[in-house]
Amino acid sequence: MIIKGKIKPGEYFDSVTLMLVGRDLTGLAGVQDAAVIMGTRENLAILEASGLLCAELAAAGETDLLLAVKAADGETAARALDAAERLLAERKGKTADQAAGFSVRSLDGALRAQPGSQLALISVAGRYAAAEAWNALDRGLHVMLFSDNVTLESEIALKRAARDRGLLVMGPDCGTAILNGVPLGFANAVERGAVGIVAAAGTGLQEVSVIVSNAGAGISQALGTGGRDVKEAVGGIMFVEALQALAGDPATAVILLVSKPPHPSVMERVAETCRTISKPVVSIFLGAPPDGAGVFSTHAAATLEEAALVAARIARDGAAAAAEAAGCVRRELDARDATLLAEADPLAAGLAPGRRYLRGLFSGGTFCSEAQVILRGKLSALWSNAPAGDARALDDPLHSRENTLVDLGEDAFTVGRPHPMIDYDLRQRRMADELRDPETAVILLDVVLGFGSHPDPAGELAPLVRDAAGKVCVVCSVTGTDRDPQNRSRVERALTEAGARVMPSNAAASLLAGAVCACRQR
Amino acid sequence: MPIEDLFGDGLKVINIGLESFATGIRQAGGEAVHVEWRPPAEIAPGLMERVRAHAGAIRTANAEAAKRFLAGAPFVVGMGRAGEVIPGMRRDLLLHAGPPVDWARMCGPMRGAVLGALIYEGMAATPADAERLAAAGKVSFAPCHEHGAVGPMAGVVSWSMPVFVIRNETFGNLAFTTQNEGLGKVLRYGAYGEDVIRRLKWMEETLYPALRQAVEHLGRIDLKAVIAQALHMGDEVHNRNRAATSLLYRTLAPAVVRTAPDPGTAAAVLEFIGGNDHFFLNLSMAACKALLDPLAGIPGCSLVTVMARNGTEFGVKLAGTGGRWFTGPAPVPDALYFPGFSKADANPDIGDSAITETGSLGGFAIAAAPAIVQFVGGSAADAAQYTLQMYEITETEHTAWQIPGLNFRGTPVGIDAVKVVSTGILPFIDTGVAHRDAGVGQVGAGVLTAPMEPFRRAFEAFAETLNQ
Repeated sequence: MIIKGKIKPGEYFDSVTLMLVGRDLTGLAGVQDAAVIMGTRENLAILEASGLLCAELAAAGETDLLLAVKAADGETAARALDAAERLLAERKGKTADQAAGFSVRSLDGALRAQPGSQLALISVAGRYAAAEAWNALDRGLHVMLFSDNVTLESEIALKRAARDRGLLVMGPDCGTAILNGVPLGFANAVERGAVGIVAAAGTGLQEVSVIVSNAGAGISQALGTGGRDVKEAVGGIMFVEALQALAGDPATAVILLVSKPPHPSVMERVAETCRTISKPVVSIFLGAPPDGAGVFSTHAAATLEEAALVAARIARDGAAAAAEAAGCVRRELDARDATLLAEADPLAAGLAPGRRYLRGLFSGGTFCSEAQVILRGKLSALWSNAPAGDARALDDPLHSRENTLVDLGEDAFTVGRPHPMIDYDLRQRRMADELRDPETAVILLDVVLGFGSHPDPAGELAPLVRDAAGKVCVVCSVTGTDRDPQNRSRVERALTEAGARVMPSNAAASLLAGAVCACRQR
Repeated sequence: MPIEDLFGDGLKVINIGLESFATGIRQAGGEAVHVEWRPPAEIAPGLMERVRAHAGAIRTANAEAAKRFLAGAPFVVGMGRAGEVIPGMRRDLLLHAGPPVDWARMCGPMRGAVLGALIYEGMAATPADAERLAAAGKVSFAPCHEHGAVGPMAGVVSWSMPVFVIRNETFGNLAFTTQNEGLGKVLRYGAYGEDVIRRLKWMEETLYPALRQAVEHLGRIDLKAVIAQALHMGDEVHNRNRAATSLLYRTLAPAVVRTAPDPGTAAAVLEFIGGNDHFFLNLSMAACKALLDPLAGIPGCSLVTVMARNGTEFGVKLAGTGGRWFTGPAPVPDALYFPGFSKADANPDIGDSAITETGSLGGFAIAAAPAIVQFVGGSAADAAQYTLQMYEITETEHTAWQIPGLNFRGTPVGIDAVKVVSTGILPFIDTGVAHRDAGVGQVGAGVLTAPMEPFRRAFEAFAETLNQ
């Protein structure tokens, strides 16, 4: 063990800086102890007591800076002294202002940092989400609860309190919304316009907003409620609140309602509200009896695509033309569907014998439901892990049988991993499985673009689509706009070039896929 | 307010959770501030809901508490011996820092201070005698806080010790604190050697009479004003008191010279104060104590009136939960150590000095003290970040105590236990570090984050005081 010291005459640092440098020195390999202190009498006594006072330091004065190290050998000690001088030099040059912005740790801090905040977007784990939502409501903020696993009791209490205060609570489990043109959660960059949306189905909201925008119209507001809102227990509190808000919004000329079939009591409440609204209301309650909503809405559509196109046409032509809009759109879609069906036969003819079945691999739950509704009566032996319409429940969601439509966003797949719109790994592996199955005729996919979704879905899917070429027919739809970060046209082109049949909507894709399989199953 | 009022152009969002959502909002032309969220404290089910149901009443109670704090006016109004002026003081009673603790559970430095005090009082001749006396239960112990007093580190106050008397002129309540001994081997850090006792005797026989006369001559000393000025001069009046001590010195010096029995005494007294940067610390603590005591007993008030540590436990009191202490184990501070010492030598956190943080100073005002930012990462921005975080758990901002580096924003006033448990943000405290063994003294200085446990317990007890 050797002790080395050095005097730096007249140098001054505050004692804390010196302690800090001393600490850094003591952390060096081979250094047992170190001191960097001013040469006062008290400090010399400290050095002596800790066995660091060496001959070199004996002549130190009060205004001198002292460096002392105890190290394994002379070389280590010399290196440590050099390091001390370097560290002190760095301290001198250190600029005070490193951080431009300060971090915010709480809702109140955020309110101070951004006065005039209007909405809290909450996506923390479900068990903490309700408390944050209450904090937000208590401060007069609207709330979007992206989080799921919030209790039903909390949802009801939050929504009642929000209704009393004239605030929105979108969710829990509300994946998407567009407010004042700003996309929240998973949402697309759509044009602003006269169509106002209320949706209890997340990907349903994305699909209709995108189709409206791509058809040349735009969105005033798109409000989500979370799927549980239209169940009996919650009673459609926010669905009705949102509907009334759009009714009172001068920028909204036509209202579009999107949901799986609400509980009858909720349906009645929605109908009651609609009767008080003079604006045209277009509805899509996926899988509901076709004319169920006809009694109160201007038009009850059968698919998301139809609903969106009717709403877009009314927005373009005005409320006076609302009556004809539905008929026009239906005629155009019928013509389009006829061409699609004509394509089915040649596609089916190109497949090897034994290839019969449809395998739909969805990242959007609403799309999986819509496909089942569209294929009702068109394909028999339909299975799903999220059955709707006539489909039967799969015992094992990991394995397909006959015609299978799986929602890969269901809990069985997503626990402990990112949503399939973000992470394509699960769908890639499942697609590879389906390609190996000699009975697979058609693979049906939804590709959802927008903020929050995977930045390059075509890159993820194209290799598998190419693998399928000549064996299995791949049919897909792309939900997005050219203003989305992924760019819809580019994604469509890449998938088409890889050999996929890219359809303008999930409805069209489902129809074509079903028709090809129907040919094979005849 | 109808929902339609939200509709228009632009949107300001507070994003709590996935950070990518904030990025998306900004990309699309909206405004978003992202919250660095952390899970809150785990509390018994139903209690947060109960607190929320009483939010209006709590808001009113907390506003009243903050009003009282800001209205307070602490002045040094005199000096006296502890036995003469502190209510309930007895010859066989020793006051100590933090929540209640008995001899068996006392940490090393507090035991050392107890031994020193017993020798100083002449109740024991040797440390061994003193130890027997303490262990046999011949002396009683009580927290300073329960007798209107505060003491730094071990905080031991005995019958003969001279104390400053501080009166909050707005509410008439008194607070008491000893004269600061200086740095090095001192009683408050658990040292009890002959030199320690000799210094205490000198402080009793020379310093105290001179200061008492000087204070009498001056009438009173406005501590709120001294603290306000010191904050503008680089102190946070907990770990840095250089400016405040200098200001006090400037006030005292002429009076000491006029009233001291001889020039030698005057010089010795002024040299002692001038040579001890921390002389003002005890007064900044007593000022905060005097300001906070009038908050105690406000029903439904969730603000903290005491944070104090005894070297074993960290204790908290709330305005709305009566005299109850809520405690949890005291953590060991993150510190910079004197040469020859390391964290292994450090005693868990000790002292009543966290009353300064409770009173919006110390760690809460560290942005005002650039000279000591090395304790918190080295840059003024780091210090600002700590102070800014404290605004997230406090009720309001001080009207007289300002932080120049934050554009003269008021210090963060009134720690709200509800905000602490619901945000998971804990009070940030400046501190000195004592050696874990009795008799050694100070080994470093640093900072620490208060433990959650006492706040969680305080919150739960507070919620229980509210009607279901």
